[in-house]
Amino acid sequence: MKDSRLDTAVHLEHVTHAYGHVLALDHVSLHIPKSCIVGLIGPDGVGKSSLLSLVSGARKIQAGSVIVLDADMTRAAEREAICPRIAYMPQGLGKNLYPDLSVRENIEFFARLFGQARAEREERIADLLHSTGLTPFGDRPAKKLSGGMRQKLGLCCALIHDPDLLILDEPTTGVDPLSRRQFWQLIGRMRARQAEMSVIVATAYMEEAEQFDWLVAMDGGKILASGAPLELKAKTASNTIEKAFISLLPASQKVGHRELKIPPRRDDGNEPVIVARGLTRRFGDFTAVDHVSFNIGRGEIFGFLGSNGCGKTTTMKMLTGLLPSTEGSATLLGRPIDAEDMNSRKRVGYMSQSFSLYTELTVRQNLELHARLFHLPRDEMEQRIRYLLWRFGLTHYVDKLAEDLPLGIRQRLSLAVAVVHEPEVLILDEPTSGVDPIARDNFWELLIDLSRKNGVTIFVSTHFMNEAARCDRVALMNAGRVLAMDTPANLVKARGAATLEQAFIEYLEEAEGASSTRTGDAELVTAVPVKTIHEVSPPKEQKYFSPRRMLAYTIRESLELLRDPIRLGFALAGTAFLMLVVGFGITTDVNSLSFAALDRDNSFESRAYLGELRGSAYFVEEPPIKDVADLQERLKSGQVNATVEIPPGFGRDIRRGRPTEVGVWIDGAMPFRAETIREYLEGVHRQFLSDPAIRGHGALADATVPADIETRFRYNQDFDSIYAMVPSTIAMQLALIPAILMALAIVREKELGSITNLYVTPVTRLEFLLGKQIPYIAVAMLNFVNLFLMAIFIFQVPLKGSFFTLALGALIYVTATTGYGMLISSFTRTQIAALFGTAILTVLPATMFSGMLTPISSITGFGAVLGRLFPMTYFVPISVGTFTKGLRFADLAHHLAMLALFVPALTILSLLLLRKQET
Amino acid sequence: MRSLENIFWLGTKELRSFFRDWVLLAFVVYSFSLAIIAQAQSNSQELHNASIAIVDEDHSVLSRRIAAAFLPPYFKPPVYVEERDIDRLMNTGRYTFVIDIPPHFERDVLGDRKPALQIAVDATAMVQAGIGSGYAAQIISTEISNFVTRSEASIIPAVTLSTHMAFNPNATTGWFSSVMGIINSITMLAIILAGAAVVREREHGTMDHLLVMPLTPFEIAMSKIWANAVIITGAVGLSLIFIVERLLDVPIAGSIPLFMVGVVIYLFFATAIGLFLATIARTMPQLGLLYILVAVPLNMLSGATTPLESMPQFLRTIMQASPSTHFVAYAQAILYRGAGLEIVWPRFAAVAVIGGIFLALAIRRFRNSSAYSS
Repeated sequence: MKDSRLDTAVHLEHVTHAYGHVLALDHVSLHIPKSCIVGLIGPDGVGKSSLLSLVSGARKIQAGSVIVLDADMTRAAEREAICPRIAYMPQGLGKNLYPDLSVRENIEFFARLFGQARAEREERIADLLHSTGLTPFGDRPAKKLSGGMRQKLGLCCALIHDPDLLILDEPTTGVDPLSRRQFWQLIGRMRARQAEMSVIVATAYMEEAEQFDWLVAMDGGKILASGAPLELKAKTASNTIEKAFISLLPASQKVGHRELKIPPRRDDGNEPVIVARGLTRRFGDFTAVDHVSFNIGRGEIFGFLGSNGCGKTTTMKMLTGLLPSTEGSATLLGRPIDAEDMNSRKRVGYMSQSFSLYTELTVRQNLELHARLFHLPRDEMEQRIRYLLWRFGLTHYVDKLAEDLPLGIRQRLSLAVAVVHEPEVLILDEPTSGVDPIARDNFWELLIDLSRKNGVTIFVSTHFMNEAARCDRVALMNAGRVLAMDTPANLVKARGAATLEQAFIEYLEEAEGASSTRTGDAELVTAVPVKTIHEVSPPKEQKYFSPRRMLAYTIRESLELLRDPIRLGFALAGTAFLMLVVGFGITTDVNSLSFAALDRDNSFESRAYLGELRGSAYFVEEPPIKDVADLQERLKSGQVNATVEIPPGFGRDIRRGRPTEVGVWIDGAMPFRAETIREYLEGVHRQFLSDPAIRGHGALADATVPADIETRFRYNQDFDSIYAMVPSTIAMQLALIPAILMALAIVREKELGSITNLYVTPVTRLEFLLGKQIPYIAVAMLNFVNLFLMAIFIFQVPLKGSFFTLALGALIYVTATTGYGMLISSFTRTQIAALFGTAILTVLPATMFSGMLTPISSITGFGAVLGRLFPMTYFVPISVGTFTKGLRFADLAHHLAMLALFVPALTILSLLLLRKQET
Repeated sequence: MRSLENIFWLGTKELRSFFRDWVLLAFVVYSFSLAIIAQAQSNSQELHNASIAIVDEDHSVLSRRIAAAFLPPYFKPPVYVEERDIDRLMNTGRYTFVIDIPPHFERDVLGDRKPALQIAVDATAMVQAGIGSGYAAQIISTEISNFVTRSEASIIPAVTLSTHMAFNPNATTGWFSSVMGIINSITMLAIILAGAAVVREREHGTMDHLLVMPLTPFEIAMSKIWANAVIITGAVGLSLIFIVERLLDVPIAGSIPLFMVGVVIYLFFATAIGLFLATIARTMPQLGLLYILVAVPLNMLSGATTPLESMPQFLRTIMQASPSTHFVAYAQAILYRGAGLEIVWPRFAAVAVIGGIFLALAIRRFRNSSAYSS
């Protein structure tokens, strides 16, 4: 056993992995030999990616044992020790790269994660850029790289720490054939330099697999066979790996599979169905489609062949009217394309690149929905759906949710939906990407049938060469231009090439020779010697906390933030906007209250009473009330906030010293306003009583209190709410946006996939969290300065106390509020859930339960709990205290200490909830 | 007719998706139950449990009677403190009110020398300081008057003020904040639900799919509006009957059906603005930030948090253009004051018109924003 381990890179024993009730890997046992290129072949969804992510340590092992380079991956300690020797490039073009960062910055980020010091880092980066031919593009953002270059950059990032095991998950899917060839040449050169490096590659391109040293064929979570390519071919008596793979499949899947025969097309010579003339689309200074022209005849299958981002999708969008063209013209079914033309839309079926059905509906619901939207009559609809279910082999799945279907079946459903209304033209954007070879053949059978039997014109894009070969005509596209357009046979003949792929490569090379935007890989770089620095990797690696790794995240996050002006702009200007609105809008100084009077007395005294009321700055008088019914009506309609009724004989009673009563009705709909009105009215009443003109009657004198009750409003003599509200609003602003930004920043990595870097590099969770938090603390402190200046200069609220204390409090506070966002993000998976969660869990406690309007001591019930668990509760006293009460550090030490407790508590909770491996 | 059919069938799809998203469902349930209860129980609008301290330098019968007169639920039992501690205690916010009764206070009152008693109020505790200081002054003067009149002859005060609270006799917070909580939840949810529904379709590529079918942007938009409106209207109805009326015991004076009509009209606006924001935002995070910038002012300035009367004139004028202000106004009118359609129809109309404007803007931008999304 020990011996076999020596030349084994990866050893799997009974590995089983399930997602919910879907089994991805089913008791897989496998030895993968060392120091060679091993290919994992099979269609999408058979468990290739799951297997690779388990081997790389990115995913948590559910059952079975995985031993990689002698380390048991189920043990955290061994896994962490070995992970610096493994490099993992996940599926998807540049999924673990950061699109806003430049080529160099991306590599630097990974170098820092592996703890490389500046000198070593720079030397390695220069070396890698040179050998991949990326040196001239060092400063280009990753998002502006072509698919092929992006994969090279991914490789640089993976190779920065000289791994012993390189894991590549479908590195060349969606890349043009020339780039694909260059990529494999590069891998070959790298291996020549480092002979002992093992490489494991998953691929859906069977042609690529021919060149690997050793292959593992997978299907349905199981290993079908493994061995050298020749062995596999010999075993199955096939001449290609693709055929070998198909014959390895269990018999049940092969039912009905046969070589595809394409009946020849009869050209009816009628006018073309789709015509494009000089079709051009620009986005800013980027030309996505550059003067593309073609004619497509009725019943023709016309193929668009090219890499991701070459303009295929944009052209299709222009033909469907989704996107207006910048230049040129196009007609569909003899009419110019018009987005508003409902009739021509009924004659076209469209399948967009991503699976564009409703995954939350069943197969039948999807078909019914579309049939209804195309207004098929009810009885016809039933019939049509039954026919489609039968024709597309969906009967078996009719009540399954689309999201539970295997990809091949989904694509069939998409096509069924696209033809539900019997369109004359079908526009299909990469309908088969990620579909296994058999399902692809079945799909094409349907297409050929539609074309030949029903005369449907089909415009289809693909990056599979064998599919392109089945088209009546193909257009080869690159960088927005059509390089060549003809029947596949003529294209091959024209270049004198052996295959269509070879012909395409030659066309690409010719195009590239003309423009120098892309370097052909300089063969000369093979001469670069293996640098000696590779041996001096830092021996002492801080295991638990490395400031350098943390800074790697800080630098990266800051760069991203600086390059997203919209997000940064919202964060800064949005906060200022909310400050203005809330600072001016939320006050408790109730003014211009409306009242109406019903004076039944109309004496000197009653007029004097109402005069007091009119003289008050708080009240605005509405027209007098006519009678009791009017009084009720006015209150009900909300026209007046209060009514004052003076009884008959009011003046006479006062003069005679007889008791009398002024009746007041206050609109109690808003309790705070009602209470305030009552206060004001009582004040007015007292003033009336002490009015010398009234007191002159003598009878009232004794009613006054024999003591002076002096109310002193401390800190804020005029009792102007702005002095309390503006400091509280600062506290609120520093809670909302920082928490949301922080939550989104972490969940974004989860949704976009770059979280993988946390899983497979030596960075720890604490370094990850703190590293990402620092830039947002900085943004929040910038906001604090901004808000502080707004308070002083716009709201004219002076700072009476210690600025140092306020600033210190703000720093601790924003650390806590970003921590709050961090906590929410650690248990949400999607951006929308994080957004919802953060908004709901911050807005309510911030506005209602944190002492902004009502002191904490008065809030009871569930709200009190929410408030006490929210850091703003402890910052409001600091902000109000320093601004308005003139307090210093010693006065606020208690609140500062409480606030400081949130920081470790939130960090620890987030750490506990954040996973270091995917489940 | 065909158009109505399209709107109907597209909308059923929205409903199906919604009821499969448990997280979303949980948020809706929370915002119309626990969040409402928390706001209703908060007592944030009234004088409740105010903290009070007394510096008694008199140690007389009168001073003790004054202290004993501060009673729950308005005030916490007063705490006796020393004069030298006043500053410190008020600085840290321990007490909102501190009453200082000077030496020989009782003797001076009886001797008609008009001694001065001080109430120090923490004027940064906005809602309570204003209401509470009036209450405190009232309580003290009543105590003093009673004390004096009992020791002399009793005089009935000549002119009294009899105040009545219409619609909410005890000015209970829960009556107000439960319904305002519902209104806030409606704004928060309707905007993001409708907006996210569009951004999600765009991110999943299904929006392109719809736009190449014989459907107009108007139909697509209306289907989202009705589906989301049905969900939220249902939640509001249930919350109003079971949480507000039954659980919180808030008497509802007016017509619930009329209020629900108002809710539907407001939802038309809120979902339309959600759709509009979705056509501006390119990604979910951008939608999120935009949403905060719109929803927070709509809610905070609508009159559901602080009175509209307290805002500066220019903001009041601006907020007259905000449907949330009208919604709060007609919700209060219908539910508390029992107003009928003849009173609230102008506000209904205003909300519907503004909603229509946003819908038109959203539809204009629909195709455009979808084209540039990928």
